[in-house]
Amino acid sequence: MAATSEEVFQKVRAALVDALGVDEEEVTPEATMVGDLGAESIDFLDIMFKLEQSFGINIPRSELFPDDILNNPNYVQDGKVTSTGISELKKRMPYLDLSSFEQHPVVQNFVSMLTVNDLCKFIESKLAEKSAGA
Amino acid sequence: MRWLWIDRFVEFVSGKYAVSIKNVTTVEEALDHYLPHFPMFPPSLLIEGIAQTGGLLVSEQHGFRERVVLAKVAKALFRRPVVPGEQLRYEVHLKDQNPHGALVHATASINGQPAAEVELMFAHLDERFPDELFTAEELYQLLVLYRLFEVGRTVDGRPLPIPEIFEPFIEHRSQDSNKRSP
Repeated sequence: MAATSEEVFQKVRAALVDALGVDEEEVTPEATMVGDLGAESIDFLDIMFKLEQSFGINIPRSELFPDDILNNPNYVQDGKVTSTGISELKKRMPYLDLSSFEQHPVVQNFVSMLTVNDLCKFIESKLAEKSAGA
Repeated sequence: MRWLWIDRFVEFVSGKYAVSIKNVTTVEEALDHYLPHFPMFPPSLLIEGIAQTGGLLVSEQHGFRERVVLAKVAKALFRRPVVPGEQLRYEVHLKDQNPHGALVHATASINGQPAAEVELMFAHLDERFPDELFTAEELYQLLVLYRLFEVGRTVDGRPLPIPEIFEPFIEHRSQDSNKRSP
């Protein structure tokens, strides 16, 4: 049976509490992982390992961090993601709400804007992929 | 001082686990300064020994070509002080790995008695960090010192093959042994 959104949130929260040493109450759906929860780049590797184990899925880094788009001169100009790049991001990660990123599409802002909810949506999409493939 | 915090490997199974030992002695300067009047092995150095054991376990998975560094101490639980005259046995299991890093779980024990439990995460340095950590020759000498290729086994029990990057140094060794053999 597919995991409910609440079950996904519970497991994501447990992984973030464990990896970042934050309190459960701090992990709200709206919290940004970098700004609010203090995640550093190395923590994402830890979070990925924990989520892979917890959900039994494989998470290629490029799927959560689309470096191939964010570092591609066809999609980035002067450190900002172009409108073509934004379209590419939307295609790749349709579950992300990019509205605030679109206001200031500076490449470095991409990771900073990711919220707990974004991570949950990402996991849900991976679980859907897994059950469709099963 | 050499930054070598294990004495040697006693078991090494590629991609699975490694066991190393560390003898704690009174000549180690670190014991003088950590807790004056109570010489004990600093727990941070116990983590370092586990990191060196685990780092090589991870690095071997990539033919020792990746630059593997300790990225995060995810958990560390110390059960008792470790004092001069004791031998630490580090048992490190590779739990997970991907192209960016790896996760290991480890225990430290003394005569079968638990001394610590540690979980570490390693990252592979990418092109943002261009510096070399060791030359291939330095690393090979270290692995020989640690007796890694003496005890190392593949997962199906064969002797651990010596990776390609160390070939220049192996040839030298086998020429020497040829001289000794009839």
